[in-house]
Amino acid sequence: MQKIKLLEATQLKSTLPIFRPGDTINVQVRVTEGDKERLQSYQGIVINRRGEGMSETMTVRKISNGVGVERIFPLHSPSVAAIDVVKLGKSRRAKLFYLRSRTGKAATKVKERTAKLVPASV
Amino acid sequence: MSGILGKKLGMTSIYDDKGKVIPCTVIEAGPCFVSQVMTVEKNGYAAYQVSFDEKKEKRTPKPQVGHFKKAGVKPAYLVSEFRDIILSDLKIGDEIKADVFKEGDIVDVTGTSKGKGFMGVVRRHHFGGGSRTHGQSDRQRAPGSVGGSSFPSRTFKGTRMAGRMGGEQVTAKKLRIVKVIPDSNLLVVLGAIPGTKNSYVKVVINKD
Repeated sequence: MQKIKLLEATQLKSTLPIFRPGDTINVQVRVTEGDKERLQSYQGIVINRRGEGMSETMTVRKISNGVGVERIFPLHSPSVAAIDVVKLGKSRRAKLFYLRSRTGKAATKVKERTAKLVPASV
Repeated sequence: MSGILGKKLGMTSIYDDKGKVIPCTVIEAGPCFVSQVMTVEKNGYAAYQVSFDEKKEKRTPKPQVGHFKKAGVKPAYLVSEFRDIILSDLKIGDEIKADVFKEGDIVDVTGTSKGKGFMGVVRRHHFGGGSRTHGQSDRQRAPGSVGGSSFPSRTFKGTRMAGRMGGEQVTAKKLRIVKVIPDSNLLVVLGAIPGTKNSYVKVVINKD
């Protein structure tokens, strides 16, 4: 097990920002069209983080033209080019699935949190 | 020599250069030592006897201690022979490390599969089971007839029935080696291999 962790460690991204469920983030996704590659940005609220190591993923939810959209990104995938934390959110739970049943303004409402509350490590 | 003994450490996933996930198994392979060289003149066949996973001498039966002493290698938990493979000029006591393989090699991995216990025919032999409808009862996972009452009036030998499943030797064939890390004796192969974590496996180059 230890040796697998070491092997994974060589593959993990070292520059991931610290963020947690409730935060609004902007993900730069690598998109290949034919033989061209470009970056597509996707902004939304992190409603879930699960897994650890290589298999850690996050679910990012946004409301696009009135339709709720959720994307699941593997954090350490090369197709996730960059993650920027746009807004910090204060949440009392780890999974914000309750946002799914909300409509209108409430669907994107998460209390803001100031940087002071950010723990040293997530 | 293109074969090595190892221990299955578990599975993980890594990304290839196209960004695709590769599911792979990590094997702790070697260091192994040649504990005996079988020759056609002496033993009737040519092979290397190889030892893996060092153990204490006091935990080793005396006759085995003598055998290992003769070869000049440390006592080991696992001893296995490699025959009918491309034999190089290894000598007794030589070390075999993970770097006998290189990235892209195609290998066969032999191990003991996980024990499944007593399993019915649906699970064990992929029988279809019975009908759920048409007035049936208690027939959903039943094996069906195993031999007619008038003819043949007996059950043929080898008829597939329920019983113990798993815990037997299985070879996963044609697995690609994704990565070799000789410093920490690790082999990373594409896909799953038989057995539990920390079970012994034998990795041999695929001959096809």
